[in-house]
Amino acid sequence: MLNGYGATILDGVWLTLQLSLLSMAVAIALGLFGASCRLSPVKWLALLGEAYATVIRGIPDLVLILLIFYGGQDMVNRIAPLLGYEDYIDINPFVAGVGTLGFIYGAYLSETFRGAFMSIPKGQGEAGMAYGMSPLRVFWRILVPQMIRLAIPGFTNNWLVLIKATALISLVGLQDMMARAKSAGDATHEPFTYILAAAAIYLAITSVSLLVLRYLERRYSAGVKAMEI
Amino acid sequence: MIFDYNVVLDSLPLYFAGVLVTLKLLVIALVFGLALAVPLGLMRVSKQPVVNFPAWLYTYAIRGTPMLVQLYLLYYGLAQFEAVRASVLWPYLSNATFCACLAFAINTSAYSAEILAGSLKTIPPGEIEAAKAVGMSRFKLYRRILLPSALRRALPQYSNEVIMMLHTTSLASVVTLIDITGAAKTVSSQYYLPFEAYITAGLFYLGLTFILVRLFKLAERRWLAYLAPRKA
Repeated sequence: MLNGYGATILDGVWLTLQLSLLSMAVAIALGLFGASCRLSPVKWLALLGEAYATVIRGIPDLVLILLIFYGGQDMVNRIAPLLGYEDYIDINPFVAGVGTLGFIYGAYLSETFRGAFMSIPKGQGEAGMAYGMSPLRVFWRILVPQMIRLAIPGFTNNWLVLIKATALISLVGLQDMMARAKSAGDATHEPFTYILAAAAIYLAITSVSLLVLRYLERRYSAGVKAMEI
Repeated sequence: MIFDYNVVLDSLPLYFAGVLVTLKLLVIALVFGLALAVPLGLMRVSKQPVVNFPAWLYTYAIRGTPMLVQLYLLYYGLAQFEAVRASVLWPYLSNATFCACLAFAINTSAYSAEILAGSLKTIPPGEIEAAKAVGMSRFKLYRRILLPSALRRALPQYSNEVIMMLHTTSLASVVTLIDITGAAKTVSSQYYLPFEAYITAGLFYLGLTFILVRLFKLAERRWLAYLAPRKA
């Protein structure tokens, strides 16, 4: 298939999927943390969360990726000698990609999660407290499970944007689907064919994601009355 | 030295030139994208499958693939075909600025069309009934009532799209243009100071984002005043 480049591109698809899923895991953790910071009564925590969300969402993904991958590597190697570490530190593009995308989409998710937490009736948390649960247990047992349903639409959006943003990691040297399709196209002088194939695969991934997340949305809303206006 | 200010200060002219390129790309993409989005948005609210389906397919395919893929398809991909290289359009299609603008305009047209379609669907029924009651034709109904109302109510969502588009223009640096990101790339390779170079680019984008947010707040105050919460 595709002059023998089919297999390498499919390998790239797997890498793209791994990158997306791992970045999303990091983003969910950071998003939850960011959202709880922003909703926290502690002033400096709220401010920190707010600054994280505002600054990251105000800068293009590409610039952040270049900044963290090249600039971060440069900074690490400028600071390391000061700490007595002499070897050159090389950051792997996959690790940097997961970290960067997770960091960026954590900011977007913190916005989604914050909105979802705020839509949970206040009495829910209060009832948990009244039962003598610790604040942490109220968070995990009462708030998070209810927040998931409310956050799914926003989460779907972020996930789709994240999958598409993984293509940018090919620009810092990760051999993902995009990079492989591009170099296969260059090698065979048929760039359109290969890039179009990559486009079709991205479309397939986003379509499947959409179906799965819509199903989840229905499942999580099973106990909620749908109002027809 | 942990942070080299002098390099940043010396290359400020390059960054400001980059800001102009970024803004040029943004404005061209938005103008053509919106011009394309209005008919597409109208097609998307049509009940006839023949009209609705092509527009749905277009927005679905554009919104489901990365911007980078679309840009590569236009800039690198089209050169594969002899017919394209022989056509009168080739001088344009081999030009990076033209390709970038075209790709951005196509991309934003798909997102804006969906925003507009969503806004058209949520129009209060009373507005249409009133227009019909005074005997407006279908065309006049769209021109006088539906579109002005939908475009206004699409403003908050459209402001998000514009900011996304500002961020998307950074991809122009991939096809050799010297926008803000391109300027940062130049500075980074000239002085080998990537951290300083990209952090400066980030600050420029942050500034532009805040300005755009501010402008849209003003626009909303002007055109969406009737929906604003009543002041006490």
